[in-house]
This record gives sequence, structure tokens and C-alpha cells, in this order.
Amino acid sequence: MSKFQKKKKEMPAVNTASLPDIVFMLLFFFMVTTVMRETDLKIKKPALPKADQVKKLEKKSLVSYIYVGKSKDDTPGDKIQLNDRISNVNDVPNFIFIERRKHSEDEIPLLTTSIKADMKANVGTISDIKQQLREVNALKINYSTLKGSAFDNVK
Amino acid sequence: MARRGTPEINAGSMADIAFLLLIFFLVTTTMDVDTGISRKLPEKQDPNIVPPVLKEKNVFEVNVNRNDEILVEGDTYMKVNDLRAAAIKFIDNGGGTAESLQKDKLTPCTWCGGDKDPASSDHPKKAIISLQSDRGTSYAMYISVQNELVGAYTDLRNKYANKKYGKDFKDLSRAEQKIIKTDIYPQIISEAEPTK
Repeated sequence: MSKFQKKKKEMPAVNTASLPDIVFMLLFFFMVTTVMRETDLKIKKPALPKADQVKKLEKKSLVSYIYVGKSKDDTPGDKIQLNDRISNVNDVPNFIFIERRKHSEDEIPLLTTSIKADMKANVGTISDIKQQLREVNALKINYSTLKGSAFDNVK
Repeated sequence: MARRGTPEINAGSMADIAFLLLIFFLVTTTMDVDTGISRKLPEKQDPNIVPPVLKEKNVFEVNVNRNDEILVEGDTYMKVNDLRAAAIKFIDNGGGTAESLQKDKLTPCTWCGGDKDPASSDHPKKAIISLQSDRGTSYAMYISVQNELVGAYTDLRNKYANKKYGKDFKDLSRAEQKIIKTDIYPQIISEAEPTK
């Protein structure tokens, strides 16, 4: 009987004192990496085309976005969204100037314009935007795409 | 009077608060990086500049109409799937002879694996891909075509890099990449104004 009683030692509880530290560490990691969505989409979310010759956009702070897609109430024609309102093609130069003011002089040639356009958008709309970008010498552009086979776009 | 020490704040719920915040940031974090096809637009042209005259054999013409059909070199109807191979064949042709390339200070393309067809491009540095689309072309088609044309250059550069350095193009050093980009297979894709 005495043998059994000896075995009745309790397991020591795991020390959880460092748990808050671990959690805090993770918390800070996610706090630092989180990017909140700055702009609300006023148009329908563009269905991006797929491509495989893609490059990553490295510095997010140097990128300005132009959205192209259908309006939410399905009126025909492509709508262009700059920042958080639906705009006209002629507003693109102004938009670029406002973006440039946020950066220092030597960063301006590095600024990239990312075009997030819907698969069904017309090339005409895109080309109008490109023409406006050329007018103000914002020459670095990026056609935003998903990774995948380009042949999936056309079926 | 007995001095009482200030009571300690109970820190037991600290972990809970931290967890709550942690879960919030976990949910809102977006890790995905934006990817896309990077292009550089041409600078604004002086309207008085006369465009240089190009030999027709050095231009690979790609037309996309409003029904998303592709016409290559003005006479061949093509599917997107075949576009890359056709572009590679054109760029890598290297049909120029020493005499014909002399006035441009170029030597015949020794690294080209093409057919050396005298009716196609002379040299990768002279081979120009001209892309003309219609205003009604769908963006999806446009991106597919762009992708295939850029892909043709990527394939050629990779082939050359593997032969010369035994590595893929993207694994080469900056200096080696620059040599390939400027002297071996420069990417010359010209976009014309879309037709109305």
C-alpha cells in the first residue's frame, strides 16, 4: 500500500509566467506588419487578370494605385477610381501631382503607378490613363495581375 | 498609524488583453504582396521629331482587334498560346550578315539559335516588337499578349544565362543581368496608339 501512496506525487504545473511575453512579441510583430486598407473601393472589385511574367512591387510607399472597373450599379462603361472617389481621366495628372507632393524630390523618379484594372475593362480606357501619365512624366507603371497562367484570361 | 503599501495591480488579465489585440491584428494583416507586369512608358515625344525608318523585316507586328483576335505580321491569325514561340523565333533569328550590320556597329549574332532567315530580324538589338491594339480590346487579352511578349524575352534571356553562366537570369548578379539586358537581348516592345 505504501508503494501506491508514494506514486501519488502531483505533476508540477507548467510555468505560464512567460506567456504574456510571447503573446506580446507576436502582437508587436503583427502590429508592425499590418497594412490597413487605405482606400475604400467605390467601384466593383476589379477581377485582375493572370500573368506569369510578374514582378513584385517592392516599396509600397512609392506606389500609387489607379483602379479601373465597372461601377457598382452596373452603368455601362469603365469607371476610374483615384484615391477614394470615382474620377475622370483628366484628373489623373492632378492625382499624380498630389502623390508626388508626399515624397521628396529624389524619390519622384522611383514612383510607380499601379493600374488595377478589371479583366473586362477596355484597352481604350487604359490607354487614356497611360496617355495622361505620359503627359506628367509618370513613366513607371505596373499592370497589377495575379500569379497564374495568362491563357486562363481568354477562354 | 500603520503605513499600508500601495496594493499591487493585478496583472493576471494582461495576457488576455494581449491575446485580444493579437487576434485582431492577426485577422486584419494582409501579407500578400502586389505583383504585376512592370512596364516603362515612353517619354513624351516632340511632335517635330521624325520617327526613324525601320526595315520591315526587323519589325514583328502584333495586332489585336476588338474581338480579341490576334493578327501577326499582317497575315497570320494566331492564338495567344502560339504567340510566344513566334516572338522567340523572330527575336532569335539573327539573320544579319557582317556587312549588313556594319553600319550600325554590330556584329552578327553568334548566340542566336534561330534559323538565320534573311527575311526575318537581323539582330536581337534591332528586332522590334510592335503591338497595336484596339480601344475595344479587352484588358484580359491585352495583358495576356503583353505577358507572352515579355515571356519571350524572359525565355531567351534564361536560355542565354543558362548556357553562359549555368544559372537562371534572375539568379545572376546585377552586372551580368545588365549585360544581357543591354547587349544580348534588349527588350524592345513598342506600343502604338490603339485604333478607334
